[in-house]
Amino acid sequence: MHSFLSRGNAILAYTLSVLSFLTFVCFLSTVLVDSRTGVDINTVKIVVKNVPDYSASREENDLGFITFDLQANLTKIFNWNVKQLFLYLTAEYITPSNVLNQVVLWDRIILRGENADLKFKNMNTKYYFWDDGKGLKGHKNITLSLHWNIIPNAGRLLTVPAIGQHTFKFPEEYTVNRV
Amino acid sequence: MIQDAINDLKRLNKRQFLYQVLSFGMIVSSALMIWKGLMVLTGSESPIVVVLSGSMEPAFHRGDLLFLTNYRNEPYLVNVDLDIVVFKVEGRDIPIVHRVLKLHEKEDGSVKFLTKGDNNSVDDRGLYAPGQLWLTKNDVVGRARGFLPYVGMVTIYMNEYPKFKYGVLACLGLYVLVHRE
Repeated sequence: MHSFLSRGNAILAYTLSVLSFLTFVCFLSTVLVDSRTGVDINTVKIVVKNVPDYSASREENDLGFITFDLQANLTKIFNWNVKQLFLYLTAEYITPSNVLNQVVLWDRIILRGENADLKFKNMNTKYYFWDDGKGLKGHKNITLSLHWNIIPNAGRLLTVPAIGQHTFKFPEEYTVNRV
Repeated sequence: MIQDAINDLKRLNKRQFLYQVLSFGMIVSSALMIWKGLMVLTGSESPIVVVLSGSMEPAFHRGDLLFLTNYRNEPYLVNVDLDIVVFKVEGRDIPIVHRVLKLHEKEDGSVKFLTKGDNNSVDDRGLYAPGQLWLTKNDVVGRARGFLPYVGMVTIYMNEYPKFKYGVLACLGLYVLVHRE
């Protein structure tokens, strides 16, 4: 009755069910955790140009350049079911041609155990700030905000907005020189 | 052991054999029902996908499972709730899991967006169909909502080693046919 196979089968089945139960409890234990926290964003340099976008349609589009300061302490967000945070800084704005534009300007991966107390000064953006047309020059209301996507060990994939954002204007004139 | 199995099979009479075949059919059909039910609940044509490449490392590794939803009324915004989409590109069989990098929405509700893998240094324009610059809602299979590590490795092994797959299927089939409560 108790052959080698049936014993192995029982052990395997029991191990699997215990593991899946523990994984589920790990997910349940962090379902209600609030992962919001404050952030300070500021812009330093703001320039807008009008140049052909060779990476896409080759049309002349508005291209913004900004540098920014960012301060946030995300250490508290890491609990036992957080494998990684994916931070990204987005610019959100409205133009005559689009009712919504969202452009990711910068992102960063923070793995568990890495320093999550961020203090950046005068950072360059990681991606080009291309508009979908000519909507950036003289734009009065561009909102910068930070979000983090929480990658768990197992469970929900959540995206959480930071508390606090920053609004800035683009200059009324294109910059012609190199920046 | 094989001898035992064959003896078991010989001892089965017709009714018992039919019963086992039926119960095997029940298992297959209930698996199909669960899958189709999930499709209805999530609105996605494939509610569970296995990550096949390392382009989203270190967040997702090969063999991780993702649970998707694809509700038609939810806007595909970078900043609302979720930003990892699974999309299909014309001429490629395998759906791609990447993150939305930029998005523009027109007044009529049409949305175009660009994606990028966390572990890739450039955006996805090189992966899209020739001449395609943006993705639209119709390209989307779903948005990643849940994550379970490692489990998908089983299906990857099955696809890479067909013998392993047939072996597992044969064992399961034999077990169901022979096993008696």
